[in-house]
Amino acid sequence: MLLGRSGSGKTTLLKLVNRLLPPTSGKILVKGVPNGELDIIRLRRSIGYVIQDGGLFPHFTVERNIGLVPRIEGWPQDRISLRVQELLQMVGMDTRTASRYPHQLSGGQRQRVGVARALAADPEMLLMDEPFGALDPLTRNDLQGEFLSLQQQLAKTVVFVTHDLREAVRLGSRIAFLDAGRLVTVLPPTEFLQCTDPLVSAYVRAFGDAVVSNPNRGTT
Amino acid sequence: MNVVQFILRNHAQVLELTLEHLRLVGFATLFAVLIGIPLGILIAHRPRLSKPVLASANIIQTIPSLALFGFLLPVPWLGARSDRLAILALTLYAFLPVIRNTYTGIRGVDPAVIEAGQGMGLTKGQLLFQVELPLAVSVIVSGVRVAIVMSVGLATIAAAIGAGGLGEFIFRGLAMVDNTVILAGAVPAALLALMADFGLGRLERHLQPR
Repeated sequence: MLLGRSGSGKTTLLKLVNRLLPPTSGKILVKGVPNGELDIIRLRRSIGYVIQDGGLFPHFTVERNIGLVPRIEGWPQDRISLRVQELLQMVGMDTRTASRYPHQLSGGQRQRVGVARALAADPEMLLMDEPFGALDPLTRNDLQGEFLSLQQQLAKTVVFVTHDLREAVRLGSRIAFLDAGRLVTVLPPTEFLQCTDPLVSAYVRAFGDAVVSNPNRGTT
Repeated sequence: MNVVQFILRNHAQVLELTLEHLRLVGFATLFAVLIGIPLGILIAHRPRLSKPVLASANIIQTIPSLALFGFLLPVPWLGARSDRLAILALTLYAFLPVIRNTYTGIRGVDPAVIEAGQGMGLTKGQLLFQVELPLAVSVIVSGVRVAIVMSVGLATIAAAIGAGGLGEFIFRGLAMVDNTVILAGAVPAALLALMADFGLGRLERHLQPR
């Protein structure tokens, strides 16, 4: 969980991982290897990427959106179709939506498809940039719950950007707090809430009593 | 004698000049598309080139057409065949709408969608052909449509340098002070422009991304 206020560098840090941005200095290790030494296309295809509102291709159906990476990776069509069906079920969607276009879906559905698309080629790692930020509170709550159960099944390494402390505590196993481009601390949720660092405690206090402390014990 | 009678009586010549006209417009549009679309894609990806390229296309557009035809006459290989020259001049005029619309269309693709594509590991070519061009295609077609309609009108002036086309009737009519002959060139030219506009307009709507 990358947590912090707007402009603290959460998204920048995330984009450094799949090299959407180049580092000005230093190295990013992905599975122990500096990512600058890996083929950029291979690197990105091995990392699922989910952004706010899904970032779906508006001219592709749900099926083509989800099946894009498998298709360019040369999977046979029947295997792609099976995978699409499987993923739609996994993210809690009716498989009949496969032929719909993104504009015919609700925000929550688009986000689900975005997650399914990121999982399509079974990457070992997921990058999620405020994936649930644009949803209404109820839908967000549903998707967070589904995310947790999905995470229990798949156990992927997930790097998740959010500014919502509640979301970070609920979904994260470790919370990295960023401020003005600097990493302040990395702590598990329970300890994070009790952290005495002035920047962290100010952030926690801003959320008031709203943070119910039932921290996750998952692997995010 | 009215225009319809005149056209019917000279239908062979009207047809011949119409085909000549279409040939001029067709080649000019083809060249403008073959050069203009790649150029538009290039400047959409290299914003630093966009200003000089678009400014040049704009400047060409401001040269009065009759003057441009005249300027090009002394050019060696080109001047020898007036139809080549006319095609070159029409191509130059058609550049602006084609380049500008390609540029605008591609720049208009939602940056979030481009970023999602990059993040998923699409190569530059895959991103261009599977994402950028399909999403920009209706804007590009709209540029081609403007270029064609404009060329149909401009091509009438090509007759001034002997390149043929429906302008022949217009210049002949002007010389004879005979409105019927002028209209025999102008009416078919206007019809061509309207038909091209209508046809490409339908194509454009058909290609509109959902």
